[in-house]
Amino acid sequence: MSANLEPCLDIRGLSAVLPNGQRVLRSVSLSVQPGEVRALVGESGAGKTMIGKAVLGVLPKSVRIVEGEMLIEGEDLGRLDAKARRNLIGARTALIPQDPLTALNPSRRIGGQMTDRLVRILGWSGERAGQRIRQLLDEVQIRDPERVLKSYPHELSGGMRQRVLIAAAFAAEPRLIVADEPTTALDVTVQKQILRLIAQLQRDHGTAILFVTHDLGVVAKISQKVSVLYAGKVVEEAETAQLFAAPQHAYTRALIAATPRYTDPYASLKPVDESVLAGLTAEIVTADKDWRPGHG
Amino acid sequence: MDEARISRRALSPRLWLAGGWLLLALLAAIFAPLIAPQDPLAQDLMLERLPPFWLDGAEPGYWLGTDSLGRDLLSRLIFGGRIAFIVAFAAAISACFIGSALGLIAGYFGGWADRIISRIVDVWMAFPPVLFAILLVAVLGTGLSSVILAIAIIDWTRFCRVIRAEAMSQARMDYVESARIAGYGRIGIMLREVLPNVLPSVVALLSLEMGIAVIVEAILSFVNLSISTDDPTWGSIIAEGRLSIHQAWWVLVFPLITLILTVLSFSQFGEALKARFDPVLR
Repeated sequence: MSANLEPCLDIRGLSAVLPNGQRVLRSVSLSVQPGEVRALVGESGAGKTMIGKAVLGVLPKSVRIVEGEMLIEGEDLGRLDAKARRNLIGARTALIPQDPLTALNPSRRIGGQMTDRLVRILGWSGERAGQRIRQLLDEVQIRDPERVLKSYPHELSGGMRQRVLIAAAFAAEPRLIVADEPTTALDVTVQKQILRLIAQLQRDHGTAILFVTHDLGVVAKISQKVSVLYAGKVVEEAETAQLFAAPQHAYTRALIAATPRYTDPYASLKPVDESVLAGLTAEIVTADKDWRPGHG
Repeated sequence: MDEARISRRALSPRLWLAGGWLLLALLAAIFAPLIAPQDPLAQDLMLERLPPFWLDGAEPGYWLGTDSLGRDLLSRLIFGGRIAFIVAFAAAISACFIGSALGLIAGYFGGWADRIISRIVDVWMAFPPVLFAILLVAVLGTGLSSVILAIAIIDWTRFCRVIRAEAMSQARMDYVESARIAGYGRIGIMLREVLPNVLPSVVALLSLEMGIAVIVEAILSFVNLSISTDDPTWGSIIAEGRLSIHQAWWVLVFPLITLILTVLSFSQFGEALKARFDPVLR
């Protein structure tokens, strides 16, 4: 198999547990091909952020991976020692975080925070990193880069900060970006611009994105493929168009039905049906009964 | 810091008053031999218990009066400031260094480091601080360096507790996570990302601690456990003034006012500095 055909991210049968033995990820498998956007949808608590954190190697200490593999461009993260893993993740991946307010260090200027990573990860000179950053700020349509670079985070609006973070994520040319609900903390008007910007940069740079969201509207706009997650289990996986045209799983159908529509704002706010949730719970209970760490 | 940033925030009166008093007291202490009107140790029983300048019977040149041995009170206060400031700076900086470093480690690394350091702090704080200080000085022997050491040994826990809590909340921030994703090591992140954000608190605490050190030194002087009894310190002047309160109230009142103003100024100055250091409050 040539390197090009290798998935950018390949997760195989990943399970993780809390200290009390409760499973938070249930044999999750998904892959992201180079240059592709895969959306990961689910309600809060479904484990979608957890998957992103697992890939980036920043799971909370209490969560333990008990089985499964994660491969970034064919390299198995589990086989690397801590330092090599950190270097690989640092060089090939980046994060667009959820909350632009806490994702930038309040006591450091934007410029330093952005260039630091390039100098460290790619070993660039400060000057070259500075040029690169200015180029990226231009790509995210920041018109006065010099002022922004000299600013402290609190001097910028939420939308500006998210642009800065997007620029920083793309700057080191990662192969894979994990976007963790990047529009959730923003105003609705800004959300749309930011989403368009991410899509634009993704196309220009050919970066693969694992796009974590709870918003099916966002899924439809940005992704080619979708994995639907419930209680740490992938219940459906499909091409985006396919998923909306012919959802297979009852839960997916319920989620699509629950999405508010602007044309008919009152009629369509339907919660997911009780019977669907009961069915899901039964599915999970059966799966857990048969499951033993390492043999699932 | 660029100039626009400073001028945008007018200096607060709090900073002016506190800083002004501290600067005045500090300069007086530094140049004590030049500006003190009299020799602080010269006794003259002909001039005992002279009142301050606005009362009947005052002598020119003895502005705040004299004590029961005829020593000039103002000169003794000025010279006493030297010891007060030396102790304030040396003790507070040592306590700050030990406490902040341990607090940062406990808060950022958590786990075992945190458990061990926190338990030590708990045990430490169970001792009554003044008794602890008296005990330490009794063991270490009197003298300037033992007073400084005693205060540092007792008060590092103040820094440790506050900085630990701040470092803990910083460690949960997304930018710390981003730095980890980018491949920075733990110690690098602690120094680069966490430390700058706890620095405003460190500065405020440091200033507050200087005030506390002045008080502790005064207490130790008061119970005659500080520096050799010849050198005037604010605490020893207060102790002497207490004995002659009915004949010469000024010997007690002026050092008390000096002490209170200095301690208050240190704490206010610290708060004002914190507000200026913090980029979000700025």
